[in-house]
Amino acid sequence: MILRLAIASLGARLLTVAMTVLAIALSVMLFLGVEKVRTGAKASFADTISGTSLIVGARSGSVQLLLYSVFRIGNATNNVTWQSYQDVAARPEVSWIVPISLGDSHRQFRVMGTTPAFFDHYKYRQGRSLKVAPGGALMEDLFDAVVGAEVAAALGYKPGDPIVVAHGLASFTEHDDLPFRISGVLERTGTPVDRTVIVSLKAIEAIHVDWKSGAKIPGRSTPADALREMELTPKAVTAALVGVKNPLQTFRLQRAINQYPEEPLMAVLPGVALQELWGIVGVAETALVAVSAMVVVTALIGMMATIFSSLSERRREMAIYRAMGARPLTIFGLLVTEAMLTAAAGALLGLVFLYIGLIIAQPIVDSAFGLWLPVTPPSLREVGILLGVIAAGAIVSLVPAVRAYRLSLADGMMIRN
Amino acid sequence: MTPLVLNVTDVRYRWPGRAGFSLNVPAFSVMPGETVLLLGESGSGKSTLLSLICGTVSPDQGRIEVAGINIGTLSGGARDRFRAEQIGVIFQQFNLLPFGSVSDNILLPLRFAPNRRARAGDAKAAAAGLCAALSLPADVMQARAGTLSVGQQQRVAVARALIGEPPLIIADEPTSALDAGTQAAFLDLLFRQVSLQQAALLMVSHDARLGERFDRVIRIEDIAGIERPVA
Repeated sequence: MILRLAIASLGARLLTVAMTVLAIALSVMLFLGVEKVRTGAKASFADTISGTSLIVGARSGSVQLLLYSVFRIGNATNNVTWQSYQDVAARPEVSWIVPISLGDSHRQFRVMGTTPAFFDHYKYRQGRSLKVAPGGALMEDLFDAVVGAEVAAALGYKPGDPIVVAHGLASFTEHDDLPFRISGVLERTGTPVDRTVIVSLKAIEAIHVDWKSGAKIPGRSTPADALREMELTPKAVTAALVGVKNPLQTFRLQRAINQYPEEPLMAVLPGVALQELWGIVGVAETALVAVSAMVVVTALIGMMATIFSSLSERRREMAIYRAMGARPLTIFGLLVTEAMLTAAAGALLGLVFLYIGLIIAQPIVDSAFGLWLPVTPPSLREVGILLGVIAAGAIVSLVPAVRAYRLSLADGMMIRN
Repeated sequence: MTPLVLNVTDVRYRWPGRAGFSLNVPAFSVMPGETVLLLGESGSGKSTLLSLICGTVSPDQGRIEVAGINIGTLSGGARDRFRAEQIGVIFQQFNLLPFGSVSDNILLPLRFAPNRRARAGDAKAAAAGLCAALSLPADVMQARAGTLSVGQQQRVAVARALIGEPPLIIADEPTSALDAGTQAAFLDLLFRQVSLQQAALLMVSHDARLGERFDRVIRIEDIAGIERPVA
């Protein structure tokens, strides 16, 4: 009955209570939204590459290897010779291996040479495969290129368009004698593949046949058709993605590659390297969480102010409770209960807002940023946050509740003016 | 001998924050079933006396016995419960929680008084019975108290004071918010119910014309003195 009266009392102050609930709901929505985006970003990030057991490259740092091989940021300090690549490929643990050759660019985008197996084995977001958007196809000719969604969007490319690869990353020399043709555009993935021009490994070799030490050999120009007939074996690749037959063999293979005697190589577990990298990026996320937590605190302090200002007009109500035999402690409990009900209503409404927002925003965010925000039931952590908000509501209400306790003790059943 | 329902002896209470002011009540008692009108102007210490009897303030010295129990010996929480068990209170006005239903308002004291609740038996039926006896409409129980007229609200307050048959009813100018015609009808209903339940009624008022209905009329000056600091 006390609870029913508490709810009725809140109902009698519907407008102010509704405002407070709304403020708490919006702050909770923001807080949970940040949580969702944060975990979504983290998961998207961690899902940039999946299904790959090891990334192999020249010996450097694991984060650096990850950055240039997966995120196309920075450069390899060294290449992996074709001989070493073959040796790794021949190891019994290896189920598949995909070479990656980087170094050239097209406008602001990197060009990556690889084999068709890349499209079979590169997985993102829990095992999704790359898909060519309707109207395109994977590379068939030596001079075919597949471009990522962002490349196509930024430069307005569609299948059939010609594309010229520049030598190096910021160079004025272009492989303009050997233009490529775009065979297909990949669907958006939210991974660095979106910003990549993919050609075949052989094509990378082909455009460099007439080059030596980073410069074109004057007077030599092998025609495209002749190149198509040539046996184009690369001398080196930048990195390789490796899948093992049995996950238990991953560490054995990693050790073997790290101790490869002929050349200093390194193999990293993508998940571990991604976590290391996230550790660096993650500082911003902490700041974001802190700011949104402050917003929740602000809303709760607003509620405290509202309870405070309601006390004077509710002295009559408290006097009635006291005359009927309620202890001052009951009055105290009544106020804390009301605050918890308000906070709980705010938290639940915030949750509802969040899911409505998620359902609306999910496809937009996915296609615009490649960020996948899963609409899942609240996680244990989120339930914890909601309970925390209710508990925090109870805690901030202690201050006005103590004041009400004192007032009702002094007033008794008569209101002293 | 039946114990007095109220017995105040040698009580002295100093108002906090008002140095030197104190209320002295040498002796005042009410017998079971007796109806007493206490006359006094505002500022004469009536409200303080009621608060002392109800136990929401404690005297600096002296004894206050309600239904044979010295409430000075009870702890704060026990006094609150004792008040809920033994005393029905009717205020001047704004007696009810306006957002609560009439039913919840009437049953509220029982929430704090398990024995009184047991005495009431089927509390909802008892509340409905009191409402009917007090000439309230049958469908009033579920109405929000704030939607009732002032006269109806005062009658609901009577029902709340009487439910569970507490031995002492305290009324603080319950008729002052009512017009003359309603006043008489209200008092008729109040007196009929109080005598039915054989409860004692201690009513405070400044209106001496009410006196003829009561067993005893007392002026507050006759039982209580206010000490003022010598100027």
